[in-house]
Amino acid sequence: MDLKRVKDYIYWLYYQYLLISCSYVLEPWERSMFHMIIITVVAMVMYTAYVFVPIHVRLAFEFFSQMFGSQPESTVLLMN
Amino acid sequence: MKRGPENLGGQPRANGCSFSKHGAGGGLKNGYVRGSAGADTHSQIHRIVHNGGLYKRPFNEAFEETPMLVAVLTYVGYGVLTLFGYLRDFLRYWKIEKCHHATDREEQLDFVPLYQDFENFYTRNLYMRIRDSWNRPICSVPGARVDMMERVSHDYNWTFKYTGKVIKDVINMGSYNYLGYTQNTGPFSEAASKVLSQYGVGVCSTRQEMGNLDKHEELETLVARFLGVESAMAYGMGFATNSMNIPALVGKGCLILSDELNHASLVLGARLSGATIRIFKHNNMQSLEKLLKDAIVYGQPRTHRPWKKILIVVEGVYSMEGSIVRLPEVIALKKKYKSYLYLDEAHSIGALGPSGRGVVDYFGLNPEDVDVMMGTFTKSFGAAGGYIGGKKELIDYLRVHSHSAVYATSLSPPVVEQIIASIKCIMGEDGTTIGKQRIQQLSENTRYFRRRLKEMGFIIYGNEDSPIIPLMLYMPAKIGAFGREMLKRHIAVVVVGFPATPIIESRARFCLSAAHTKEILDIALKELDEVGDLLQIKYSRHRLVPLLDRPFDETTYEETED
Ligand SMILES: Cc1ncc(COP(=O)(O)O)c(C=O)c1O
Repeated sequence: MDLKRVKDYIYWLYYQYLLISCSYVLEPWERSMFHMIIITVVAMVMYTAYVFVPIHVRLAFEFFSQMFGSQPESTVLLMN
Repeated sequence: MKRGPENLGGQPRANGCSFSKHGAGGGLKNGYVRGSAGADTHSQIHRIVHNGGLYKRPFNEAFEETPMLVAVLTYVGYGVLTLFGYLRDFLRYWKIEKCHHATDREEQLDFVPLYQDFENFYTRNLYMRIRDSWNRPICSVPGARVDMMERVSHDYNWTFKYTGKVIKDVINMGSYNYLGYTQNTGPFSEAASKVLSQYGVGVCSTRQEMGNLDKHEELETLVARFLGVESAMAYGMGFATNSMNIPALVGKGCLILSDELNHASLVLGARLSGATIRIFKHNNMQSLEKLLKDAIVYGQPRTHRPWKKILIVVEGVYSMEGSIVRLPEVIALKKKYKSYLYLDEAHSIGALGPSGRGVVDYFGLNPEDVDVMMGTFTKSFGAAGGYIGGKKELIDYLRVHSHSAVYATSLSPPVVEQIIASIKCIMGEDGTTIGKQRIQQLSENTRYFRRRLKEMGFIIYGNEDSPIIPLMLYMPAKIGAFGREMLKRHIAVVVVGFPATPIIESRARFCLSAAHTKEILDIALKELDEVGDLLQIKYSRHRLVPLLDRPFDETTYEETED
């Protein structure tokens, strides 16, 4: 029963997506082309995010900790 | 216009706005008034009544702002469709795909292109996709319920095939059948058929030659009496009444001030007349007054001679916005600047006012203040044709000079009989109170339907008393989906999109009728509720903007004289 509700909800979401993107009125081949484009774009965005975001976050973290943080560890080490 | 000066005489009120019916209470300056008049008591609702003193009844007209997100999504939708349109045009150009649409001929390729403007692009690539919601053939009397012919398309709306089946008893929310006189049984059609056997159908001549029957004269005196004017003239077609009579009234050296949303027939008439045309913002009295002032101060361009005549052209109820003209203000302005007023009551005659006499009756004004009262018999009276009412000199002049009188065949007698019977019914001269009841039923239906739609959270436009109810859909895919879903639920609706409306303001338009019973309306509302949830078109944030992108220039009527 619950599964059916979830299915209905997903179908409803898909319907809303069709309406808002106007792919509701496209012909089937156009619609599949539109879906492909959307899926490709989303996939690429996600992949890019997956690959680059962690690197950038780490770099940013290092940059800010240098700016605001205490003395860099290396200098601290030297002083010891 | 007996009251204007009295009210205004006491204190020099500038543009007062208030809720009270008379507005004489406070010397309010132009501005927003916060309050809870109306059905819903939302704290953000502003109501504004300009020049409240001129109105004898509250004038609640609202146009809710388009929500930002919806506007953005609508543009995105059009963007997607346009891109695919270009793709399809590209395929057609390279003959990869067969082109069903008209194209320039091979040998005409070096001439001015015929099918490359935006309208053609729109028709070919956007309208075609949702065309099945338009131009549906019906096969019964368009009363409260109607039979429709089922049709299918196997090539994505380029061609249609009739399946031979009939969709029975669809609730009809689209016909201009305001008083429900569109019937094929009952006393009216019997009267018409009696006249048919007496006079026949055709007249085969014009009014000026041999086509003048006693029935026509009877109709004209009745119409004049109904409108409360000296004289009236009837024509065979409403559209031609406008487009042929405006040229007879004004010409070169005259100025026409026309509302921006006026009907095509008025626009055509104004253009044919050769007069200069200036357009004022829809129902915006500041804009109208500015044009009037400029016209009088500067006169004609270059020569600076005064204009021969200035004609203000407005409609009673606007068929796309559901708004009612601010007639008391228009009349005050007209008097102040000594111009003429042409009022097209196509949608308001019969449908508005306590006795069904149109906007003049609705506002409780004097019909003599309107110089040219035009209207059609096509809507409330369930017949065909149009009329013009006014002073005797005006009508006598038109009888001689109007193209419609000289060159067009006169009204068919059975049609005349239908009009006579329905006007008599409205006036209560047939000895019944059916007419009165129908007027009441219509205004009840209007209020009920509008209130319920508003409660459900739809964005609807227009005046609360207008029987035309536009429901905003915005997104292009939802136009098609709405039409189809409603028909699936056996409700026939009219959907409207570009070019009849601005491109993002697509809408569905309901026309209420006295023939609708409460049960029918409740069924329609239930289905609408369901479709509204399915398509997510309950956009309303209950934020009413008071119809004002207009500047608060002062409009003063102090100099108004009777
Ligand atoms: C404002 C207005 N004027 C004139 C007409 C034309 O009337 P008819 O349909 O009788 O030709 C219409 C028709 O839709 C209209 O809406």
